[in-house]
Amino acid sequence: MRMRDKGVYAIIAVSLAFASTTAFAKTISVAAGDDAQARLQEALIGAVPGDVVELGSGRFRLTDGLSLDVAKVTVKGQGSGQTILDFTGQLGAGEGLLVTSDDVVLRDFAVENTKGDGIKSKGADRIVYYQLRVEWTGGPKETNGAYGIYPVESQDVLVDSVLVRGASDAGIYVGQSRNIVVRNSVALENVAGIEIENSYDADVHDNLTTRNTGGILVFDLPNLLQMGGKNVRIFENVVVDNSTPNFAPKGNIVANVPTGTGVMVMANRNVHVFDNMLGQNGTANIMVVGYRYPQNDPKYDPIARGVAIWGNQHDKAGWDPKFPGSQQIAQALGGSLPPIFWDGAGGDAARPVIADPVPALSLGLTDLIATPESAQPTMLQTTANLPPELPRIRLPESMEAVVR
Amino acid sequence: MRLLLAAIACLALTVSVKGTSAQIAEAAIMSAENPALLSSFGFFDGAASKPSAALLPYALRTPLFSDYAEKQRFLYMPPGKSYTVDQTGRLQFPVGSALIKSFGYHDAAGNLNIIETRLLLHRAEGWVALPYVWNADGKDATLKIGGARKAVEFAKADGAKMAISYAVPNKNQCKQCHSTKDAVMPVGPVWQNLAFETAKARANFAMRGELPSSLPAVEAKWDDAKSSTVEARALAYLRVNCGHCHKPTGSASNSGLFYDDHERNPAALGIGKRPVAAGRGSGNFDFVIEPGHPERSILTYRMKSVDPGIAMPELGRASAHDEGAALLEAWIRSMKPA
Repeated sequence: MRMRDKGVYAIIAVSLAFASTTAFAKTISVAAGDDAQARLQEALIGAVPGDVVELGSGRFRLTDGLSLDVAKVTVKGQGSGQTILDFTGQLGAGEGLLVTSDDVVLRDFAVENTKGDGIKSKGADRIVYYQLRVEWTGGPKETNGAYGIYPVESQDVLVDSVLVRGASDAGIYVGQSRNIVVRNSVALENVAGIEIENSYDADVHDNLTTRNTGGILVFDLPNLLQMGGKNVRIFENVVVDNSTPNFAPKGNIVANVPTGTGVMVMANRNVHVFDNMLGQNGTANIMVVGYRYPQNDPKYDPIARGVAIWGNQHDKAGWDPKFPGSQQIAQALGGSLPPIFWDGAGGDAARPVIADPVPALSLGLTDLIATPESAQPTMLQTTANLPPELPRIRLPESMEAVVR
Repeated sequence: MRLLLAAIACLALTVSVKGTSAQIAEAAIMSAENPALLSSFGFFDGAASKPSAALLPYALRTPLFSDYAEKQRFLYMPPGKSYTVDQTGRLQFPVGSALIKSFGYHDAAGNLNIIETRLLLHRAEGWVALPYVWNADGKDATLKIGGARKAVEFAKADGAKMAISYAVPNKNQCKQCHSTKDAVMPVGPVWQNLAFETAKARANFAMRGELPSSLPAVEAKWDDAKSSTVEARALAYLRVNCGHCHKPTGSASNSGLFYDDHERNPAALGIGKRPVAAGRGSGNFDFVIEPGHPERSILTYRMKSVDPGIAMPELGRASAHDEGAALLEAWIRSMKPA
């Protein structure tokens, strides 16, 4: 009896909660077809908080970037194979869809062939990207747009169950944000599969990154409003066969990511890489490096610190390293680099903690302007003394409820 | 009879002092509803070429480039109200004000065909941006919340014929350029950048404002070599064309590249700065500005492109501004190589 009462109360509570959030909410349906650009953009502008903009099945042929600036709106398609926002004929705007409001849910649609970025959200807190596909359908090409999924300057970001393919920079790129989860997603044939940049507090887990140039990157760059990237956990991902020759336009930082990189940590603090499956990455399964470009930003720390690596499964790596001078180092080591290496930046104080039972190398490049040609490689000792684990990222319950 | 005469005198006085401001529908400016037709406001008397006498026309020494469109700018303020100018020169308008900007092109016969009129309305809850597109008969304009595209043909100063798809911004795109933090704000009216056709026009405009005791000095005019140095003209151009997004509170804040009017280190201007999220906008170059080498600088590469994945600014540009790019190239060329 008691239990039953509890159940009834729970049902009433749920119904009330449902009613209170949907009392004035409406669904705005938008079908594919003629004039889709104006109809869809007007729906996104006309929505009020709580509304669902529901996209029909089919191909929406769009000529301009779309944008959403209303909080608490869900944009929902009929599935990432059924509802396709096609930007092949795009004439303007730097991305396919731009979101600038909080508490937005994007789900169940695809974005194809944008001229710039696929979906960007800026200053959009508590955004959920769920069951989306962002793809350049011609495969890897330098003329593809830069980022597939691109949240920036946001607090609380969830990217779950998305597929990104063909980005000429990063498939999933989270920049200058905090409290981030990227999970259950597939990054295929991008320059960088998943990139966390100048961000704090991120969990990247249960993703597959394959046939990218580099699988998962954690970077910090100078001269930005938010720097000092830190507290990132990369775990239980499959990072294999990242072998697509780098097709980023030169000048981009990722244009310097060596083909065949699994996980790359650059100039971040407290990055833990554990329980992943890594292999068939020709340069390295995991590399840890400093920011090796001249810069004079007094607030920027170019050294990677507090990196810890444990519990990973390593398949073959390092047989065809692609950074300058690496072939000579490999020759000296008997033809191949070990699966894990560190450039040595920051010296002993910055030495990564490694507990994986595979060979690991320091290139001995403590000086940030030293080139790989001047490397003085030594093997790194592994250790069982791991740092305290970083706390799991917790997102607001409202965000988790979306994907349950 | 005497009363009637007094009434007529009053009316005459009202008309002579306040002009035709009675035609302006202040309720439409202040209403939460956005009128479907531009005529609801009374800003124009049946055509874009007939602005109400209640509007104060003004121009800018260095204007924002928008696909070589001709622009006509007007300010409306409620009778009896005035703007203030802060120490930085930025004009602060009272609630009930409107900034009205029409965009058009000259045809072969020399007539100016206005395509659209954009409004910034200062309502109690803040500024609201609305785009109105003129109807085919030219007598009224219709609100296009979702934006529009129009095929346009025009000739550049050198006679080159252009045919472009001119973009009328949607309501969100208006905000993208006009946002400071999350609020919509006017961009253009900065005292040191205001220009007037005649001294009388300037005096009329100044009469409606409260000016600080020391006004900021008049800024360089981007296309007038006599007005200042190449550097000053380039910085004025960047501030007007880029600074509304490229500022710490603007929509390009994440770039770390800032062209608003605050002094910063050279990297914030792009000098020796590597791109962050430029994607293929980098054009295979390493730096936003490589001193001495405009041909290797991302800044001018992006200004000269019309590809939406490369072009800067991102909005309102289907053609390249050759003259603006030439000025910035001259500035970069004048810098000492690193």
